[in-house]
Amino acid sequence: MGDVAFHTVTTVDEALALLGDGSDARVVAGGSDLIVQARHGKSLPGTVIAIHRIDALRSLTSSGDLVVGALTSHATLCADAGVRSNWTAIADASALVGSHATRNVGTLGGNVMNASPAMETGGPLIVLGASVTLRSAAGDREVAIEELWTGPGKTSAKPGEICVAVTVPAQPALTGSAYVRLEYRRAMEIAIVGASACITLDDDGNVAAAKVALTALAPTIIRSPAAEAAIIGTDGNDEALKAVTAGASADAKPISDLRANEDYRRAMAGVIAKRAVAVAAQRARGEEFPIPATPVFMKGSGQ
Amino acid sequence: MKHAATLTVNGMAYPVELEGDTTLVRAIRDDIGLTGTKEGCDDCECGACMVMIDGRPVNSCTYLALQAIGSEITTVEGLADGETLSNLQSAFLDQGGVQCGFCTPGMLVSAHALLRENADPTEEEVRLALGGNLCRCTGYTKIASAVMKAAKASV
Repeated sequence: MGDVAFHTVTTVDEALALLGDGSDARVVAGGSDLIVQARHGKSLPGTVIAIHRIDALRSLTSSGDLVVGALTSHATLCADAGVRSNWTAIADASALVGSHATRNVGTLGGNVMNASPAMETGGPLIVLGASVTLRSAAGDREVAIEELWTGPGKTSAKPGEICVAVTVPAQPALTGSAYVRLEYRRAMEIAIVGASACITLDDDGNVAAAKVALTALAPTIIRSPAAEAAIIGTDGNDEALKAVTAGASADAKPISDLRANEDYRRAMAGVIAKRAVAVAAQRARGEEFPIPATPVFMKGSGQ
Repeated sequence: MKHAATLTVNGMAYPVELEGDTTLVRAIRDDIGLTGTKEGCDDCECGACMVMIDGRPVNSCTYLALQAIGSEITTVEGLADGETLSNLQSAFLDQGGVQCGFCTPGMLVSAHALLRENADPTEEEVRLALGGNLCRCTGYTKIASAVMKAAKASV
């Protein structure tokens, strides 16, 4: 860390003016990514712009489309009744981020712009069809979430742009979604692998539409076309779920690192994707399933 | 580049001069002189640095001190009433929830924040609330029972 100029702003316009061309300035919301990165060799830029007092970015609207101000915390998201009932995978994911302390400071906008391929909320945003609003001096532009991430820690946002909101469309009737994480422990964990699913049923209870996304299984969070094809048109029976398992494992592009090797990640990609699809289908049928959908393995949890 | 600021800790206003990259734990310990808050991993993993900002637990090693201007910061020193320990602190002593003591301030702050929101938690809720606090001595059982005892004493 070095000599750092620090500004606290209360409007996006002030932040944009200070950010300039973005070459030597960064915005900080909760700090849970920026400060950790600064300690691991990526030094802070010459100017840090604290945006956490911009109250206008803390709004959360969940009637019709879900519109989440970029500064909305994970704690707020996973407690919101609308998010829990209509965009449940986002609630699953937000409830798993870090610890209570992380969820209090960590924001959805920060999570999305940090672009980790292991981030919890990314897969849910993909399967639910989200987009982000990026603001610059030139105005706002809307970017589909799948177009935003270009690599680990990399986005298609231009220097000088600030994420101001994440929008998730209202979902059709008979739709359910889920995010499931393979974890070694519950708190302060990074996904070994994760999977998200969004399932829409027709009136006969068959799968009319499905999206499946894989987390920590490629340089960015990716869709699994094979897993989606395996479940669409079926009634979600065991054979179909077996095909989901095989499809997700085939679509995964895992690496080996200190948390798991490639073979284990590929095998678990299928298992976790199958569970995510099964839970999403259950929720689409209107059956209750606990949030987060990742079970807690501890004494007395009974799961 | 020093920035003049006022931080409010345990109800007291402290005028300080801080660098832009000073973390809150360093400001609390070095500039304000309250050393109950510990720096453990300094990497947002262990929870020894836990403080409350506006009533909610936050890892102070990973929060810029200047971002806390205008907020109410509570450290472990703010839990006791003068020399009188809080119910929670007494329960930690009674139940043997303290061994080396390094994690204890962070544990107390996280548990205090939990009991403010949920006066009668289950043991599972206690363990989840303390999930961001590591202890290498106790095995957690006595810490969890201390929090449960404090909850029962106050409901």
